[in-house]
Amino acid sequence: MSEGYHIVVCAGVVPDPWQTLDPVPGPQGPTIKNEMMLPHVLDPWAAHALYEGARLAEQAPGSRLWLASIGPRAKLQQVMMTVAQKVRFELAAMDGPASGFTDADQTAAALAEMIRGLQGLDLSRLLLFGGWESASRGAGITLQLVGERLGIRDQFQGVDALEVLPDGSFQILERVEGGKHQASVCAGPPAVLGWATGNLPEPKNNPQLGMQNMRTILPALQRAKRFAPQPDGLRHLEAKVPSQLRETRVVKNSSPEEIAKELADWILA
Amino acid sequence: METILFFAFAKPDGSLGKSAREALAAAKELAEKVAPNAFIGAVAGGKTDPAASLLAGAGCARVLAAENPALDQARYAADAAALEAAARAAEATLVLLPGTSRAQRVLGGAAHRLGGRADTHVTELRPAEGGIEATRWHYRQRIEARFTREQRPWLVTLDPSGFAPWEAAAAEPAPEKLATPIDENALRTRVVGFKAPESGAETIRPDANLLFVAGAGWTKKQADGKPHVEEAERLILEFLRLSRASLGSSKSLVDLAGEGEAVLSFLTHLHQVGQTGATPRHPKGLAACCHGEEPHTVGWRFINERRAINLDPNCGWARGKADVLYVADAFAVMAELNKILAERAGQSPRQES
Repeated sequence: MSEGYHIVVCAGVVPDPWQTLDPVPGPQGPTIKNEMMLPHVLDPWAAHALYEGARLAEQAPGSRLWLASIGPRAKLQQVMMTVAQKVRFELAAMDGPASGFTDADQTAAALAEMIRGLQGLDLSRLLLFGGWESASRGAGITLQLVGERLGIRDQFQGVDALEVLPDGSFQILERVEGGKHQASVCAGPPAVLGWATGNLPEPKNNPQLGMQNMRTILPALQRAKRFAPQPDGLRHLEAKVPSQLRETRVVKNSSPEEIAKELADWILA
Repeated sequence: METILFFAFAKPDGSLGKSAREALAAAKELAEKVAPNAFIGAVAGGKTDPAASLLAGAGCARVLAAENPALDQARYAADAAALEAAARAAEATLVLLPGTSRAQRVLGGAAHRLGGRADTHVTELRPAEGGIEATRWHYRQRIEARFTREQRPWLVTLDPSGFAPWEAAAAEPAPEKLATPIDENALRTRVVGFKAPESGAETIRPDANLLFVAGAGWTKKQADGKPHVEEAERLILEFLRLSRASLGSSKSLVDLAGEGEAVLSFLTHLHQVGQTGATPRHPKGLAACCHGEEPHTVGWRFINERRAINLDPNCGWARGKADVLYVADAFAVMAELNKILAERAGQSPRQES
C-alpha cells in the first residue's frame, strides 16, 4: 500500500502486575486501594499491539501511528516516560479512570470520539489495534465496541500475526481453541485487530527517541480532555480477593520412586 | 420478566461442542428459576439440525436456526449479524453464549447493535433481588466481583468448565428458520485454514484431565553444573504422551524460547499461563520447577487439585497454593513417573534418541 496505514493503538495503563491489588468500595463502585500510589505500566497485550503497529508503520511508507489512551493524567505521564523510548508514535489522551471496574461501553464511546477527532485520520486506511483483553477489566469487548462505532466490520481478536500480502490484503492469525490459530485473509483496511502476544520482543529503550516523542506527548497530555464515566445501570455488589490459602502437605525425604508412585496413583485415579 | 436466549455457533457437522453444552446447561438452570416459559434456543452455522435437536431436547420453548453457508466460517461480519438477528427474533432480554473464541469475537459488537450491554468471562449467574447477579474476574483473575445490570438486552459469555455439559437426549425439533441478513459483499474476510504450533507435538489439550506446568527451572544448571535441556524436553514430551496432559508454561520460560535461547523447543506463547497468558481450567494440575508468587500463580487458579515438584520447600508457587509439594529433583521424579505410567499403560517408555 503506497499511501501507508493509519494505525491507532488503543492502550490503557494498568497497575504493575507485581503490585498487590486490594479492592475497596468507592462512590461509583469498587476501586483499587491506593491506586494512584501504585506504579503503572502500559497494558501488556496492548503494548504488543503498539510494537506490531510500529513495525507495520515502518514497512509501509506514509503510515502514521497513534497511541490512544484513557487514564489518570499523572499515570499516563509516568508510563509514557518509558513507552516513548520504545517506538515512534503520536499520543491522543483523555484524563480519566483506568479502573478495571469501569464499563467498557462508556470507555469505548469516549475512545471512538477521540479517534474520530484525530487530525488527518483517514478512516478508510484505519487499522484499529489494541490488546485483545486488558489486564484490568479483561472483557475483550472494548475494541469491538470502538470498531462498531467507527463502522468497521472486519474484526479479529487474539491476533498473533499480521502479514501484508502482495495484493494489499492481510493474512491474520487469531488464537482459537486447542492451541491453534485460525488463518484468515482480509481484503485490507479498515479493520480491528485485538492483539495477543504477537511475535516481536519488547524494543530496547532508546532515550533519544524518547526525548523526540515527549515533545509531542507532553502537549497531548496537557490537552487531554476529562473523561468521567457514570454508573449507567452497572452495579457492583462485591469485589474481593478470594482466599487462596491451601493447607499444603510438604513431602520431604521421599525417594523419586516413592513420589512417582504417589503421583501416578493420583493422576490415574 | 426475563426472556432468556441461549445462542451458540454449531460445529461444522452441525452439533454443539462441549463449551456450548456447558453453557446450555447453565442457561437452562437459570431459565427454570427466572423464565420457565421464556427460554429460547438459537444456533447458527452452515449446518444446524443436530444442534437444533439438542436445544429442543433441553426444553427450549422455541428453537431458532440461522443456517447459512456464510456461517460455515468464524468471521466477525457474518457471526455478528447472526447473533443480532437471533436476539431480535427472540426479543431476548438476556442472551447467554459459551465463552468460545467465536462468541467472544462478536459479543460486544452485537450488543452495541442491539443497544444492550455485554459481559464476558462470567463464571456464575443466579437470580437476585430485582434481577440477575453475575460473577466474573477482574485484573487477570486476581479480583472476583459480583454485579448486576439494568440494561437489556444483556449479552453474556460463560467461561468454559464451570458447568456440567448438557447431555440429555435430543428431541425432534421444529426450528424456526432465521433469516440472517448477511450481505455477501460485506464479507471481505475469508478463513483459509488453521495452523498448529510448529512444535509438531500436540501439547495443548483443553479437555485434558491434567495440566502440567513447566517452569524455568527445567533449563537451569543441574547438580552437575550443566543444564540438561534435551533431557528435560524428552521427559516432558514423554510425560505428556503417557498422561495425555495439557502443557502450560511460565512466562519466563516462554520468553527465553522467544529470545532464541536453547530452551524447550516446543514452547510457544500459546502455552503461557498466568498474568499475561491463559488461565486454563482442568480438574488436576502438576507443576514442576515453577517458582514465584502472585501474579504468576494465577496461571493455575482454576485448577481444582494441585501438586508441585520443587527443590525449594518454601517455593511461593506451591506453599499455600498447592495441595501437595514434593521437595525433590523433578528430573528424577519425572523419569520414574514416566516409567510407572508406561508400565500401567502396558507400554515401553521411549528410549533416549
